[in-house]
Amino acid sequence: MDRILVCLKRAVDYNVRIRVMSDGSGVITDGVKMSVNPFDEIALEEALRIREKGETEEVVVVGIGADDCQQQLRTGLAMGADRAIHVRTEDALEPLDIARILVQVAETEKPGLIMLGKQAIDGDNNQTGQMLAALWGRPQATFVSKLTLFGTTATAVREVDAGLETIEIDLPAVITSDLRLNEPRYVKMPDIMKAKRKPLSTTDLEKLGITPEARVSVLQTEPPQTRQKGKIVADAAELIAELKQKGLA
Amino acid sequence: MGRILIIAEHDGEQLNPSTARCLSCAGEFSGLECDIAVLAKDGQRVCEQAAALDGVRQVIRVDNDANEHALAAVQAPQLAKLAENYSHVLGPSTTFGKDLLPRVAALLGVAQVSDIMSVLANYRFQRPIFAGNAIVTVEVREQDKVVGTVRTASYATAAGGGSGAIETQAIDVELPDHTRYVGTSGSDAGGRPDLQSAAVVISGGRALGSEENFKLIYQLADRLGAAVGASRAAVDAGYIANDHQVGQTGKIIAPDLYIAIGISGAIQHVTGIKDAGTIVAINKDADAPIFEVADIGLVGDLFTIIPELEKLL
Repeated sequence: MDRILVCLKRAVDYNVRIRVMSDGSGVITDGVKMSVNPFDEIALEEALRIREKGETEEVVVVGIGADDCQQQLRTGLAMGADRAIHVRTEDALEPLDIARILVQVAETEKPGLIMLGKQAIDGDNNQTGQMLAALWGRPQATFVSKLTLFGTTATAVREVDAGLETIEIDLPAVITSDLRLNEPRYVKMPDIMKAKRKPLSTTDLEKLGITPEARVSVLQTEPPQTRQKGKIVADAAELIAELKQKGLA
Repeated sequence: MGRILIIAEHDGEQLNPSTARCLSCAGEFSGLECDIAVLAKDGQRVCEQAAALDGVRQVIRVDNDANEHALAAVQAPQLAKLAENYSHVLGPSTTFGKDLLPRVAALLGVAQVSDIMSVLANYRFQRPIFAGNAIVTVEVREQDKVVGTVRTASYATAAGGGSGAIETQAIDVELPDHTRYVGTSGSDAGGRPDLQSAAVVISGGRALGSEENFKLIYQLADRLGAAVGASRAAVDAGYIANDHQVGQTGKIIAPDLYIAIGISGAIQHVTGIKDAGTIVAINKDADAPIFEVADIGLVGDLFTIIPELEKLL
């Protein structure tokens, strides 16, 4: 295939313990470390491995958001993507509009695969890939832990509640990655320098003909109810006694 | 007034308990009747089980050879068509529902509310974000259909004793053949209860050290009639298959009793067990974060504690 599109979302870093604003208006993101959504990073790693096997010519990363999402696109270029597309918007978009944008990008780029994380670790929606596949009218393989290409088709092993499900799909298709698909490579310093010279083009919603909508409004954000720390018992016998008292053993 | 459609999860023979949990969620809406759609090759048995759930108005049976296996690309156009008669479409937030419902929502041109944990009003819901570290209240526009996945651990299974009617429907939509089912390999549960609906779950972590040692967890589980779970670290290390993983990227469960053995308690794991009745933690590291959420903690070496527990049980 000519190319693979990989979507990279700028998200709060995996290691950050987020806090909710005291007025309930959202979570605190000021001064918080931002990174590529880890599931998207896994999707990119897989695309790069496919290119390294000679099964695609080009890997193109796509980011949607304000100018600062170019940082994550540069990270993607440093990992090894060939070029980047930044769809500039100041709006916080819902998954359906993200999917609509990606369909427009796909119309121009004509990728053999669009790959992205199964979910972003901020909103935890787990929707964008499926919505994109629906609007694009193409197959989806979600929660993928193994992907094998056979020219015009592919087999995907999916992590499902019942175990591992294998499906066969025609290409082009949308793939969403699960954690065990691969372990992403570390970016080396010379690659970061090289990434600065790789092409990054920008476009916007108007050029793509997309008018976003606010279909779901967030009224309030609050911290979760926390469990109370319980008691520490001395040994197995005391543990069993506690469970018996609660009627659990 | 509207009406709710629930998408049944099943394996062709048995209705998955996630469907009955969705029905409990549907009961939190005010003044909306609820139907269940069963898409199958031959849905008779599953429809009978669905019709027996308390609170079901009607079960819609859609038989089609293409529905032998649940493929989102095949089911979504059928459900989008069925949804024309409903104001709300719900499915479980299991891998089945997560795969399918967003595809339905996109075909309908509407948003999806993922992981509904509470219904505050017919268009207003609570859901977790940031791996459960924050809870948001969201509202869907009343002009739109609501498409949502239900966080099954937040709801009990609806009771039986219902007597919904079963209505067979043929849906006239074109179905794609670009997605084909090949097979599923699951780990043999060995007669143990299902992880997602078991009353007692015993999970092992990386501290077990090997696939061989993980047998200790199975033995203890059999003593208690428990299902077996695992941390992501234990699955990544190859001690046990992925379908046993408990946590944010595995299964989110709410057993009466959860026993975590040799699990440090990473936030992603804790997210999956927050709704458990009683959490027991056994770990040799007294500072392990699992003790912050455990009702009963025991600090010590699991290789001495497990045999002691077996003797006492």
